Amino acid sequence: MTDTFKNETKVAFTLNGQEVHANAGENLIEACSQAGVDIPHFCYHNRMNSVGMCRMCIVEVDTGRGPALQPSCMLDVTEGMNVDTESDTTKKAQDGILEFLLLNHPLDCPVCDKGGECPLQDQTIAYGPGETRFVEEKRHFEKPIPINENVYLDRERCILCDRCTRFADEVVGDPLIHFIDRGNETQVNTFPEDPFASYFSGNVVQICPVGALTAKPYRFKARPWDLEEIESTYPNPLGDRITIQSSRDEVLRFQGLDSDTVNWGWLTDKDRFSFQAFQSEYRIQEPLVRGSGLNKPDKSAKGLVAASWNTALEMTAKAIQNSTPNKIAFIGGARFTNESQYAWTKLAKGLIGTDNVDATLSDDLPAHVLLGLQRTTINEICSPGSTVLLIGSDLKEEYGTLYIRLRDAVTNMGANLIELTPVETGLSNIASLSLRPRPGEIGKVINSILSGESPLEIGGVSKESIQACHELLQDKQINVIFGRQSITESTEPLTQALTLLKDIPGTKFLPLVRRANTSGAFFMGMAPGQLPGQLPLDADKRKYLSDWENLPNEKGMSTDQILKAAGDGEIDVLFLLGSDPLRDYRNPELASKALQMTKTVVAVDLFVNPSTYESDIIFPAAAFIEVNGSHTNTEGRITPIRQKVTSPGTARPDWMIAAEIAAQLNHDLKIEKPDDVWDEIQAANISNDEITFQNIKSSPEGLILQFGTETPFRKADLNIDTRPFDSYSHRLVLSKKMFDNGTIIQMSPALKNFTSNSEVLINPVDFSSIGITEGQPVTLINGEKKISVVVKPDERIPRSIAFGYLNQDGVDLRALISDGSESIDIRIDPTAKVI
Amino acid sequence: MSRLTEESLRTANDIIDRYPIKKSALIPLLHLAQEQDGWVTDEAMNHIAEIIGITPAEVLGTCSFYEMFKRQPNGEYQVNICHGISCHLLGADQLIHHAEETLGIHEGETTSDGIFSLEGVECIAACTEAPCMQINYRYQNQVSESQFDELVKQIRSEERSDIPKHGTLAKVRQNISAERIAGFDSIDESIAPVWLERNGEVE
Repeated sequence: MTDTFKNETKVAFTLNGQEVHANAGENLIEACSQAGVDIPHFCYHNRMNSVGMCRMCIVEVDTGRGPALQPSCMLDVTEGMNVDTESDTTKKAQDGILEFLLLNHPLDCPVCDKGGECPLQDQTIAYGPGETRFVEEKRHFEKPIPINENVYLDRERCILCDRCTRFADEVVGDPLIHFIDRGNETQVNTFPEDPFASYFSGNVVQICPVGALTAKPYRFKARPWDLEEIESTYPNPLGDRITIQSSRDEVLRFQGLDSDTVNWGWLTDKDRFSFQAFQSEYRIQEPLVRGSGLNKPDKSAKGLVAASWNTALEMTAKAIQNSTPNKIAFIGGARFTNESQYAWTKLAKGLIGTDNVDATLSDDLPAHVLLGLQRTTINEICSPGSTVLLIGSDLKEEYGTLYIRLRDAVTNMGANLIELTPVETGLSNIASLSLRPRPGEIGKVINSILSGESPLEIGGVSKESIQACHELLQDKQINVIFGRQSITESTEPLTQALTLLKDIPGTKFLPLVRRANTSGAFFMGMAPGQLPGQLPLDADKRKYLSDWENLPNEKGMSTDQILKAAGDGEIDVLFLLGSDPLRDYRNPELASKALQMTKTVVAVDLFVNPSTYESDIIFPAAAFIEVNGSHTNTEGRITPIRQKVTSPGTARPDWMIAAEIAAQLNHDLKIEKPDDVWDEIQAANISNDEITFQNIKSSPEGLILQFGTETPFRKADLNIDTRPFDSYSHRLVLSKKMFDNGTIIQMSPALKNFTSNSEVLINPVDFSSIGITEGQPVTLINGEKKISVVVKPDERIPRSIAFGYLNQDGVDLRALISDGSESIDIRIDPTAKVI
Repeated sequence: MSRLTEESLRTANDIIDRYPIKKSALIPLLHLAQEQDGWVTDEAMNHIAEIIGITPAEVLGTCSFYEMFKRQPNGEYQVNICHGISCHLLGADQLIHHAEETLGIHEGETTSDGIFSLEGVECIAACTEAPCMQINYRYQNQVSESQFDELVKQIRSEERSDIPKHGTLAKVRQNISAERIAGFDSIDESIAPVWLERNGEVE
């Protein structure tokens, strides 16, 4: 099912009279396709196991015992095989199979959304009979029924190819749709009242070879022949490849693009249906400034008013000129394209002369950790027999397509997955070993695993588990996928773990970064102490950045420090580059104080979100469907982002806004198009990677940046000593869920209803021993901080862990977080009252 | 109509114990559910899914594949009259017609008192005994119209204790000796964490 399994031995076989070569053990249908002969098929899909359901791919095959009809998707190609895909027998068989497949298929093509891009329609025209001999009544079912919020199922059109059900079961492990009944009655359906609640449900629409499955956001919006499409990259941490399809300057859908190295054509629903947000009427269309009347800025006003670009730019420039570089700071930029990141870094560090630039909200590991580790690729991780050590959170919630790839590697390629996550995840049931270290104690646990020595229990893990894990990792080349297990833990324990793992020869790393283009941002120097090309601020090569006149010498502040300084009134101008600290930063109180105390807050964003609403100057930015540029995923893979539609109103690409501000400051940023960025980096000779914009655009699988060379990895203090854990507390784990109250999700009507009420989950045994009444809010206490929230029992949670999803409806669980400790322990008190 | 009762759940535990993989117990558990309620309810399918760790859709997929699992309320006595070729030649059609008149229902229906469900079925492999039928899958051979009436009468007056109610596979439940059990942990176990063990807080 995957190319990675390819046997290198070649075999020769005869295809329609010509001798051709293929890899031994390859699927015949795939081998023929490689040789340029397409065999019609419906159920076969190159990213799933063959089932031979539809019989459409039968061809005449002679293996020495005379020609016989065989389904080519179920046959391995062998030496000397004689295949005829054009013989009269083959054609008659294909014609017959199509007549059978069409027995119950309604003739509603003129009103069917699939018409024009329908494999059944296309193949009927190419291979099928013109007429049917079936005069009886066709099967009847209720016309489209919703199987979840976004996917409709029309069972009359279904040809029972098993693609959607196989996808649900084998590919994503959510078998919530299934064949029901038998024989002529067979249908695909869900269990009554139990919707196809999969994070990946949109994929079944894309792979349905008929019009049986349709997606609500696209239904009746366009005809395939009216669509224009362009290949691009979705800006998420994995850089999933997509095609953007539009009609009349409006994007109508995203489809997954089958990229061998990244997402294999799959997308999460969160990404697939988010096109609605980018086209939302709530997009900012023109600059806004704090003011009380038309184009009349007024710092003390409560509201935002529309302003011209000139006014907004002048105000920004004035604010910068009235301040000193060390009182100017930039937060965000991890969602920008690489080129925009370079432009903003150049504006901040080269022209304004401040190093207070941080692309993250201090929730990712710092640049000297992420840039200091040698990266692995998804294909390297997902290869036969590989050993994968996953430290972090649930991939299914946050990194959907990596979850799919890893799941495939474990179930089909024999990869060994060792999972070190605080609670059960979507991969637990297929992991070779699941350990549940308590957040904040991962350094200790890794230390024990590597040495193989441990007391009876360490960090919540038993001695036996530590030893089992030690044995699994022994003498293996380890691929480490790492991210923070909970936003409540500091980065230190994880850095300790990485320090230990880095010393094992051959170990490679894949970071689970929080935001789309964090890798690109760090590469482009959007972190304190960094310059473009992975250079540390004090590197000798900084002299090559000749027109960066005001390069600072001192390392600047991180987001944590910037917000703290701003809260103390020490920041004059704060830029929010597509970031929303009020909603995303772990301490909303501090963020709010920082925005209030800063003289001028300048936001560059797509929407008015809680933080931009508190800003003084807001520039409307262009979304990724409206710009050209490139994206760096977590592997360091650079793939192109391409413009498909025009921006709403006067919104401009992020890099252009930086250039405009520079111009207003009487400087020339010397960036007039995305290409200039790469030319400048090449000309300055600061990066070891030979990258031009032309190369990016012309390499289908992208260009890989090498990490772990320029910026030295800063080792953690290995004096591993953690606070003792008592049996009355619960260690707090706060994690991300796929659907939350993030701006893009809330601006997509197809996705906005999937959030739930904030709640805290604990193990059922703990639950019954505390004596909580189900459904009643109880008080959670962390020192001075208290919240009242509903606590529920859940078997996926180990004993003594309190687990919650962030950014859901109702209570804000961030209120429990205290800054500065490596982990947070809370008390659950069913009797206390929140005052 | 409900999920599995506590008693059924205990039996379910015993059944699951016989298999090294929990979900192998799916079909026996569906029989158990049908035995409990006379048919397989949605709630029971949900419950089975829960205890063997698969999705309700998968349970329904298997359940709906087999005709003997009834997913609608069924009569306590399922009357299957064979209309295979031998029975047909020896008057199966007339027998079915007679059964319809006697019971006052059509093929595929259940009497209003919920006692009988009537079905015409394909060959049930008793051609020497044609026309034959099954009541709750127990054979009745060479059935004449008067014999049919007599059977109905006996069942209505509860004289046929040899025919258990619909859903019961056997009157004696299978017992597996302890050493033959596949060795599955009980399904509602909760393991105390090691660190509690170390602190001596559990024994």
